[in-house]
Amino acid sequence: MERPAWAPRSIDISVPSVSRIYDYYLGGSHNFEVDREAARKAMEFMPGLPKIMQANRAFMRRAVRFAAGEGITQFLDVGSGIPTFGNVHEVARAAVPGARVVYVDHDPVAVAHSQAVLAGDDDVDVVAADLRKPQDILSSPPLHRLIDLNRPVALLLVAILHFVEDADDPYGAVAELREALAPGSLLILTHASYEGIPLPAERARGAVDVYKDIRNPLIMRTRDEIARFFEGYDMVEPGLVLMPRWRPDSAPEDEDPYAFSGFAGVGRTA
Amino acid sequence: MSAEPDGPEGRLRRLTTIWSRALFPVTSTSLTRTEFEEQLLPLARRLSELLRARSFDADAAKAVGAALVGAHCTDPEALARTLDCVDAYLVLYCGEDGPQDELRIRSSRLQHAMAAGYAQALRERTLAEQEAIAQAALRAQGVVAQALHASEARFRAVFEGAAIGIGIADLDGNVLQVNKALLRMFGLSEQTLRGRRVQDWVHPEDAPQMWRLYDELVRGDREHYHVEKAFNRPDGTVLWTNLTVSLLRDADGDPQYQLALMEDTTERRLLNLRLRYEATHDALTGLPNRSLFFERLEKALGAGEGQRFGLCYLDLDGFKTVNDSLGHAAGDRLLVEVADRLQSCATAPGEMVARLGGDEFVALTTGPGTERKVDELAERIMNALVTPISIDGRDLMVRGSLGIVEGPAGERTAAEVLRSADITMYRAKSAGGNRSELADPEADARAITRHGLTTALPTALERGEFFIEYQPLVHLGDGSVRGAEALVRWLHPQHGVLGPDRFIPLAEHTGLIVPLGRWVLEESIRQARAWRELHGGQKAAGPLRINVNLSPCQLSHPGLVQDTVDILERTGVTPDALCLEVTESALIGADDDLLKPLRRLAEMGVDIALDDFGTGYSNLANLRRLPVSILKLDRSFTQGMQQFPADPVDLKIVEGIVSLAHSLDLAVTVEGVETGAQAEQLRILGCDTAQGWYYARPGPPERLHDLALVDATG
Repeated sequence: MERPAWAPRSIDISVPSVSRIYDYYLGGSHNFEVDREAARKAMEFMPGLPKIMQANRAFMRRAVRFAAGEGITQFLDVGSGIPTFGNVHEVARAAVPGARVVYVDHDPVAVAHSQAVLAGDDDVDVVAADLRKPQDILSSPPLHRLIDLNRPVALLLVAILHFVEDADDPYGAVAELREALAPGSLLILTHASYEGIPLPAERARGAVDVYKDIRNPLIMRTRDEIARFFEGYDMVEPGLVLMPRWRPDSAPEDEDPYAFSGFAGVGRTA
Repeated sequence: MSAEPDGPEGRLRRLTTIWSRALFPVTSTSLTRTEFEEQLLPLARRLSELLRARSFDADAAKAVGAALVGAHCTDPEALARTLDCVDAYLVLYCGEDGPQDELRIRSSRLQHAMAAGYAQALRERTLAEQEAIAQAALRAQGVVAQALHASEARFRAVFEGAAIGIGIADLDGNVLQVNKALLRMFGLSEQTLRGRRVQDWVHPEDAPQMWRLYDELVRGDREHYHVEKAFNRPDGTVLWTNLTVSLLRDADGDPQYQLALMEDTTERRLLNLRLRYEATHDALTGLPNRSLFFERLEKALGAGEGQRFGLCYLDLDGFKTVNDSLGHAAGDRLLVEVADRLQSCATAPGEMVARLGGDEFVALTTGPGTERKVDELAERIMNALVTPISIDGRDLMVRGSLGIVEGPAGERTAAEVLRSADITMYRAKSAGGNRSELADPEADARAITRHGLTTALPTALERGEFFIEYQPLVHLGDGSVRGAEALVRWLHPQHGVLGPDRFIPLAEHTGLIVPLGRWVLEESIRQARAWRELHGGQKAAGPLRINVNLSPCQLSHPGLVQDTVDILERTGVTPDALCLEVTESALIGADDDLLKPLRRLAEMGVDIALDDFGTGYSNLANLRRLPVSILKLDRSFTQGMQQFPADPVDLKIVEGIVSLAHSLDLAVTVEGVETGAQAEQLRILGCDTAQGWYYARPGPPERLHDLALVDATG
């Protein structure tokens, strides 16, 4: 048996995982004590972290509905993490019966769990691959089985690009994926940023350092830097904005202040 | 859903809104507030019903608590806020007109049941999720472990099956793991090899920098190094390897292990050594050969200031005779014995003996003080040859000629030194052999010039560098010019005009004399015809004749008669215009075979003159047998007549020879006539013709033409 390209040399569940930390923020129990410990440490600096995750999820939900409204039936969610309630396929199917979804993650535990949850569902599959190697994603059998790259696709890069360091060329990876997408495809993206966080940057940096300690550095980018990911896309109204301001269902003023920590946007390929 | 604000439905809505507002901040739902509130509405309705039901339904209340967990209100704070809300508002908004006390009790019981339902659902959900994530981790580990196992198995197969030796040691040098190829190379078992330390493998042949490289590597200052390294095997043999050692680092980049890859080069190395030995040694005697000797000589000559060299060049005397009479096998054994003896002569450091080929050997001594050492070496060599060599029960005397060259390093090339030695050896040989000679720059220069002329001869003929001068032959009776002797000259581009004594022996030696002689013959005869055309028939005494010298080599050349006939016919000159001069020494002991061509030519009418008569020891009686018509008396006989009065002994001898010649019907020509008195004396003695400076020096053909005209008109 070939060792899959993604497979790490070993799985060490004594090391925190960002996808399990995310699950913990969202009130899930798909996590271990090391994950919770890291999460609690980060929350010491930013108590509102769960609200940021919630805002991400809420935006994703709105954006998927928007995509469905645009007639898109194929979804590629890179960095899908631990499946939790209100997943892309659930939201998409609610809007478009028969929508097809491919989840991608590089965390083998997240992938194994996703496989268990999605087993028996023919229109959804999960790929173990890394955003830093777009070709691994594009050439994966599940993608070929479920997604017709000649038709528009909604590509979700929700809360993932801030885990890719510049040295790994995130812009190149995003561009490579864009090249593979048919005209009319959508890029649905969120990204962490110091802009909008209701805390002094020094304090927020404490939480950022926690991720550095667990060898998953969190790369905070400015709005301009984040906007560059949309090169080659036409921005969908209202453009790249703080998360709760993207086509809100209810008044953004009612949102928790932490929900504004980070940018969201949707672009469309010409 | 429409409801009157104060109707039961409106009141239920208000309760739900209050509940939703309290709960929303502590949920992690991705639903909007409105959606969330819509999710709570059925739960509120159910509570409202349970409040007013006739009997208390604990299970239904528990289900409402559990439904909260289902709506992702997993933060226990959600339960607290829910219970606060139910406690404060359920009876108020949903109690309608029932008995307040009972409603309160019912509400309180509902809350207890909800809390239990919530706790139970949360516990189950938590356990289920924990179970799910643990399972996922296990599966993922299984996948990775399986993949790792496969890849490890593959790497192990590569490790074990590799043809090159692979070993891993820690940074202290302890060997941790080795593969089969390495064990085979070392001839050791794994138990013996493991636990050994890399540092134990120091070998005398290790390259000087090797252990410095090793230290740098284990310190982490070097990623790898590559050396040729020898190891001692337990059976006493030596293993030679091409060794590459690499530093292995861990994920953090810290040095952890050293990895050695080695290739067994023992056989290749032996083969190389053998090939090198064979390429540099003589197969017969085992002595170093010419190429190794040159290498060493060049090294000696390239040594620094104050260093000298001495060289003895030995060639056995009469070795060819041994080969020819006793056979090559005996000759070879002789050479082997000589080689052994020579070897024992040069045992000091800086000394060597080599066989250059055939029966030529050289001995070299180097260092300072070779002026003395080379003499001793030469003496040892000559002494070594004194004792006869026994071959096939026969004692053979071995003699040799030795050329010695000695000098400071850095002045001459190896080729120059060897040439000097060769020339010097030949001097020893020409002096009779069985001796040694010391190199002499002047003798070398002469030999070198001679060599240069020899090699230049063939092209000189092609380039027309030869020309002919003519010296008149004068009739002593009337002083008329009867002919001329053709004398060949070489106009050498560097050395100027060279006389025949400088190059005819060389041409004889190389065989070039045949084409050169043919050319002289043809040129001279063509000249004879020219003279004849100019004043043919003017002379009563007959046409001008041309004398051409024949060397011994030409004499025995089978084409002589045919070439001469061809030339005469081609130029239309009659044979009687030609006289061929042959030296007396060339005819000493000549047999009939040698004389046959001369006879043929004589029969045709060509005159044959016996040149340099009186210098050899010719059998006078033999004269009769020779096809000769003219005797040319050597100049030594006429020298005594240059002064006055002439030497009476010389007079008597010449008189006698002339008398003898005439009685045999031979004409007599004298050479070297330089004075009128001499000429007169020779005329009185009866000599027929003369040549010499008294008449004319050798010169261009026009000069002779002028002389002949003077003679004819005077």
